[in-house]
Amino acid sequence: MDAKELIARRVTKELHDNMIVNLGIGIPTLVANYIPDDMHVLMHSENGIIGISSAPKEGEEDKDIFNAGNDLVTAVKEAFFCDSAMSFGFVRRGMIDLTVLGALQVDEKGNIASWAIPGKWMPGMGGAMDMVNGAKKVIVAMQHTNKGIKKILKKCTYPLTGAGVVDMIITDLGVLEVTKEGLVLKELAPTVTVEQIQEQTEAKLIIPDVIGSMI
Amino acid sequence: MQNKIIDAKSALSVIKSGHTIMVAGFFDGGSPEFLLKNMENHPARNLTLITNDSGMDGRGIDKYMHSVEGMISKIYINYIGRSSASQRMLAKDPDSVVLVPQGNFAEKLRAGGVGIPAFYTPVGVGTVIEEGKEKRVFDGKEYILETAFHADVALVHAYKVDEYGNCYMRRAAKNFNTLMAMAADYVIVEAEEIVPIGNIDSDLISVPGAFINAIVKIESEGK
Repeated sequence: MDAKELIARRVTKELHDNMIVNLGIGIPTLVANYIPDDMHVLMHSENGIIGISSAPKEGEEDKDIFNAGNDLVTAVKEAFFCDSAMSFGFVRRGMIDLTVLGALQVDEKGNIASWAIPGKWMPGMGGAMDMVNGAKKVIVAMQHTNKGIKKILKKCTYPLTGAGVVDMIITDLGVLEVTKEGLVLKELAPTVTVEQIQEQTEAKLIIPDVIGSMI
Repeated sequence: MQNKIIDAKSALSVIKSGHTIMVAGFFDGGSPEFLLKNMENHPARNLTLITNDSGMDGRGIDKYMHSVEGMISKIYINYIGRSSASQRMLAKDPDSVVLVPQGNFAEKLRAGGVGIPAFYTPVGVGTVIEEGKEKRVFDGKEYILETAFHADVALVHAYKVDEYGNCYMRRAAKNFNTLMAMAADYVIVEAEEIVPIGNIDSDLISVPGAFINAIVKIESEGK
């Protein structure tokens, strides 16, 4: 199992029947591939679809059914289409049970930075600021480091997407829970040791007596 | 009854230098591409633009407005990641491109369209978005004050429009189209199809014709 699949599969353990979920781009998008068939999860797409589904079959494309990445998609039978004010009203109102998104940096206070590297990369924040604010639970799903550069820090240095909003971090090395005391190591990926994950993490991890396995 | 159906060039002639212009759509989805195409040789300069994204390289605003020297001087926008021209503008003058979280962006439009001058939102608290804005606590939670968007002219796209201007905006192509159609003084809608009054089921009308000033039929040739 590669790192991305490991992360995506672990995220699905946080899903429950009847949830409404928003998946960000990158690894989070992969989560949709591993949802159990018998679980009803409604996917919210911020561009105005509550009930987005997979890519259309050839010949069944509808130019007015697309995702936030400009790809044509399909919608489930119970889907609702709305304008962007209602779509984000839905988010702000707390109707999203879970959002899963990537990040450039996360820190021990649950701060997340995902939309800008000053002077280098400034594409805009999309719906991420709204999502981390409105969703009941926020999971960051990402590679633990960026080619060795640490991403889980004592304090984010890039502009924040949200302050104190992250609940859980799921990476290729393990699962961390954000608590008032700091980041608690809940689970480890196969073959990864406590020392190894700490070495790849700037923030000091809180190590409980019992640590679970990611799979 | 006033005839609102006119050609694109005549409709767009209401745009004057210094105006604030809204352009609807989400990348290609529901983008008023035909109206944008007709902006290419427009004489207006120094426009302030309000739009979710500036299209993608070679399409939409990036292609038809950014390419005209001096046409756009300021942009309120959510995402510029696919428009090199917008990114260059930001790099050259950071104050000329104002990035707005998407939900705040949508709500600023909604407020502008329904007579609300400002509103409190939790989105952006603790980030650069709150800088310089009034903050207030409600029930122990912090909020920032955001003001409404308003424009001189809005360019929107609809699936079907009847001769009075009632607009049927379809599926996800509603996005910013319904909101911008209510938040500008003069609203130009491009229609995939123009139909006689009574031919759109009243329950399917996304925007009442009262908001619409000009209806332009999309000419597929050369689009």
